[in-house]
Amino acid sequence: MWQDHLTEIIIFTVLFLAVSGVGFVAARWRRPDNMLHLDEWGLGGRSFGGWITWFLIGGDLYTAYTFVAVPALLFGAGAAGFFAVPYTIIIYPLVFLVLVRLWSVSHRHSFVTPADFVRARFGSPTLALIIAITGIVATMPYIALQLVGIEAVLKTMGVTGESAIARHLPIIVAFAILAAYTYQSGLRAPALIAFVKDTLIYVVILVAIFYLPYKLGGWGAIFDAADAKFKATPAPGDGILLNGNNQWQYITLAFGSALALFLYPHSLTGVLASRNRGVIKRNMSALPAYSLLLGLIALLGYAAIAAGVKPLPGTKAGSVDSNTVVPLLFDSQFPSWFAGIAFAAVGIGALVPAAIMSIAAANLFTRNIYKEYLRRDASPAQEANVSKIASLVVKVGAVACIVFLDPQFSIDLQLIGGVIILQTLPAVALGLYTRWFHRGALVTGWVAGMGLGMWMLYVIPNAATKRAHFGGSAFPLAKFGFDTQATVYVGFVAVLVNLVVAALVTLALRAGNVPDGPDGTRPDDYFADEGDARVPAQAGPAPEEEAPADDTQPAPKV
Amino acid sequence: MSDLDPAAAPPAAATRRARARDHSPWNWLLFVPILVPLITPLFNFDTPRLLGFPGFYWLQLAFIVLGVGTTTLVYRMTKRKG
Repeated sequence: MWQDHLTEIIIFTVLFLAVSGVGFVAARWRRPDNMLHLDEWGLGGRSFGGWITWFLIGGDLYTAYTFVAVPALLFGAGAAGFFAVPYTIIIYPLVFLVLVRLWSVSHRHSFVTPADFVRARFGSPTLALIIAITGIVATMPYIALQLVGIEAVLKTMGVTGESAIARHLPIIVAFAILAAYTYQSGLRAPALIAFVKDTLIYVVILVAIFYLPYKLGGWGAIFDAADAKFKATPAPGDGILLNGNNQWQYITLAFGSALALFLYPHSLTGVLASRNRGVIKRNMSALPAYSLLLGLIALLGYAAIAAGVKPLPGTKAGSVDSNTVVPLLFDSQFPSWFAGIAFAAVGIGALVPAAIMSIAAANLFTRNIYKEYLRRDASPAQEANVSKIASLVVKVGAVACIVFLDPQFSIDLQLIGGVIILQTLPAVALGLYTRWFHRGALVTGWVAGMGLGMWMLYVIPNAATKRAHFGGSAFPLAKFGFDTQATVYVGFVAVLVNLVVAALVTLALRAGNVPDGPDGTRPDDYFADEGDARVPAQAGPAPEEEAPADDTQPAPKV
Repeated sequence: MSDLDPAAAPPAAATRRARARDHSPWNWLLFVPILVPLITPLFNFDTPRLLGFPGFYWLQLAFIVLGVGTTTLVYRMTKRKG
């Protein structure tokens, strides 16, 4: 009952409201002359220095859901869930190499979204539209998942109800507040709140990693308890080490997730908001501090095993909501005032990424759908206004997902989201290096990768939840006819097929002399830094159809 | 595409420096922290334990330090150039 958790609820509410106040004040922080411009509302003036960027990207990538779901994975499956650590190690060198180029070209051309870049690079608004829609569709369930994170906390505090509306009322209120200050302050709100959120999370985790082993008999005892639990279960895939069957899954999932993470529009928003190349590069050395945090949080899943936590029941009879293990661990082991702070950290932790994601999705809509197809002569002020309204719509959509659909559905969609955002890799990430691919081939590759990825996800069953389809992202290679028990990450296979198809179709289209789009960028653009001149905004839309003859020759590799 | 006239302006000094940095051989070092965490045989074992952590866990946490060290080194070495 909620009365038993009164201290926790009060502390949670007070911190939550204080942070909301910060969100509204953020509009005045580093106040620009004219807030009604997408560069200001949606990218914080492209002026963030090292510290702000560190908190912003950290708050953006390590979401409330991560903090709740990754330990839940370790709690349920063991070592396989630890993929989150290698995944967040390899992403930073990748960003260091690749995304500084995107920052430069976006700085030169005032790009706001990855689809803006694709449009200019490949001279194809159609390809840009596909990239934009892929981004929006992949981001929406991610926002909904942040709500799942808050809900796990609320459930633990006993704030729940009989009817669907009563159960979701606190979340609806929380998201209404979030929507209001994002509308007003834009990217400045999550940037400022991230300071509070991360301070809280660091405090909670530092206490947890020393206090919990002290109470539970040391880390050695915690690992032994986990080992004993997994040995006692009949499931073959679990254990505190990997086995022969899930090693490839571990490797491909870590690598695929790292590639997916920096293709998500919200990660790019954080990168584009930074002031110069040096800020990004320095941050790639400093951001792994969060990975250490994540690794330690992940191990709380084992601490929950040692503490004998039993997850709360799920929405369907007979199911359990494993996302409640970490909140329950805090609730049972910490004094209630500290558990309240920990819950607030998770709750506020959901707000920062949700705000950035909705801004990123809104920018995609504005730049690549509204301005491209609905109103070509939109002024910067109109763009900013459309984006503000679109950010509201995105949040309403996310809340609707949670209220009207089974939360499991959001988790499935998130799983699918990682696979589909990976399909933008050839156009966005490889596009930063080479103009070799033909625009038509990139579309074909996207269709192939998408189709294969969806089919693979569809045929994966899940024995634990007794579902025949969309049971996870580990694809048994036996379904391809290989004589093995091993599994592999769906997204990884799908993007490989995407690449092969894109390459083959490029060769075919070149052989058939099908005209390619013009390249609107120059090799120099990929090295521009702060202080370099911007290319003036284009007066009209770039020609899409028949490109002039001198533009059809393959662009030089850069 | 008149706004992209190649003759419009010579590349700024900052751009030339950035290009030199991006082409520096030091960048190859970054592939070490990308590849090492993906080679599971390197760390998929229990003993030796460190502070109670099985090798699988403390080694992967140590790779974070490897990643930080490499990116910091590459940043510093390429910053001096140009």
